[in-house]
Amino acid sequence: MSFTPDIQAFCCHYTSQQAIAEAAEQLKADGMPENVTLNRVVCTGKLQEVTILKAFENGADGVFVVGCPEETCHNRKGSARAAKRVIAIKNSLEELGLGSDRAEMFHTERGFHPEFVTAAQTMNDRITAMGPAFGDSK
Amino acid sequence: MIVAKRKPVNEILEMVKDAKKVLVLGCRSCVSVCSAGGEREVEILASLIRIGMKKAGKKIKVIEGSLVRQCDKEFIASIDDWKGKYDAIVSTACGVGVNFIANLREKDVVYPALNTTFMGGSEEQGIWAEQCAGCGDCVLHLTGGLCPVVRCAKSLMNGPCGGSVGGHCEIHSSVDCVWQNIHDRMDAIGQSAGMDRIAPIRDWSTSTHGGPRTEVRDDLTV
Ligand code: SF4
Ligand code: SF4
Repeated sequence: MSFTPDIQAFCCHYTSQQAIAEAAEQLKADGMPENVTLNRVVCTGKLQEVTILKAFENGADGVFVVGCPEETCHNRKGSARAAKRVIAIKNSLEELGLGSDRAEMFHTERGFHPEFVTAAQTMNDRITAMGPAFGDSK
Repeated sequence: MIVAKRKPVNEILEMVKDAKKVLVLGCRSCVSVCSAGGEREVEILASLIRIGMKKAGKKIKVIEGSLVRQCDKEFIASIDDWKGKYDAIVSTACGVGVNFIANLREKDVVYPALNTTFMGGSEEQGIWAEQCAGCGDCVLHLTGGLCPVVRCAKSLMNGPCGGSVGGHCEIHSSVDCVWQNIHDRMDAIGQSAGMDRIAPIRDWSTSTHGGPRTEVRDDLTV
């Protein structure tokens, strides 16, 4: 049975510029999976743990966060804070039996870079292989 | 303040496994400051319970609330605001809060979401350290303000012991020998003569060894 995961991405204003610069069609041509929903936040450091958890509550099979490289974050420590929160989420997901790999943090350069699309593809491949987060109970 | 830590989420899920409606109830005092049981942590725990139950294929309604404190009668009474909306309360207060709900609300089922760990303070962001054990007979005036009861692994009253090496406790090199610190501090504040005093054998009946403790202030009772 084919499975198309619901993947929610939380990207900071700076790392998501590719999504803004290119129209949805162009992004798709670059290889952006259509089942990845982009949620733009001012800085990943502002992203609360509960926001990521809510995405799972609402049926996401996987969530990833894209922020600036840790050393060059536009808001100094924003993406480093986000990375720590993602680790907390991974631990909780593992504890709950969903698997820690359903959440991931990526750091990419600010602006227009293909790594942004690569992160989405990596998550899509991973979560497709893992299957639905909630099995039949979703 | 009282420092606490959330229990593993599966332990909490086991407590509520037969509940249909749960109230996750936070405390906006100590445990909020130590990021274990305030409003933000209530949101997180409520979400984790929903996800865990969904994963288990069970239906549950989880509502969220918080009180200014859970260690005062007046605030506990306001749990009536959620009347009929829960069949179990998961309290993210310290153990005092959970006990207070159990003491005062005859019919309410209440579960602890936290492990209450100690009385302490934040050394730096995200790090807390124990400072006082509530022994009921404080000796800080004799020890330069540093507590030998809880900060010495052996609660020695005449320290250090023979295991103190280079300012560290023998239990682990990452732990300060508080008796070394006490000597250094007494010296620094001009009270080193106090270190010649031999503390007598201690009467621990004021501590938990004497059974549950209560404090009655006749000037305040009505
Ligand atoms: S001596 Fe007793 S009351 Fe004083 S700080 Fe230590 S444990 Fe607390
Ligand atoms: S080394 Fe210091 S802190 Fe450790 S047990 Fe001995 S006196 Fe107490």
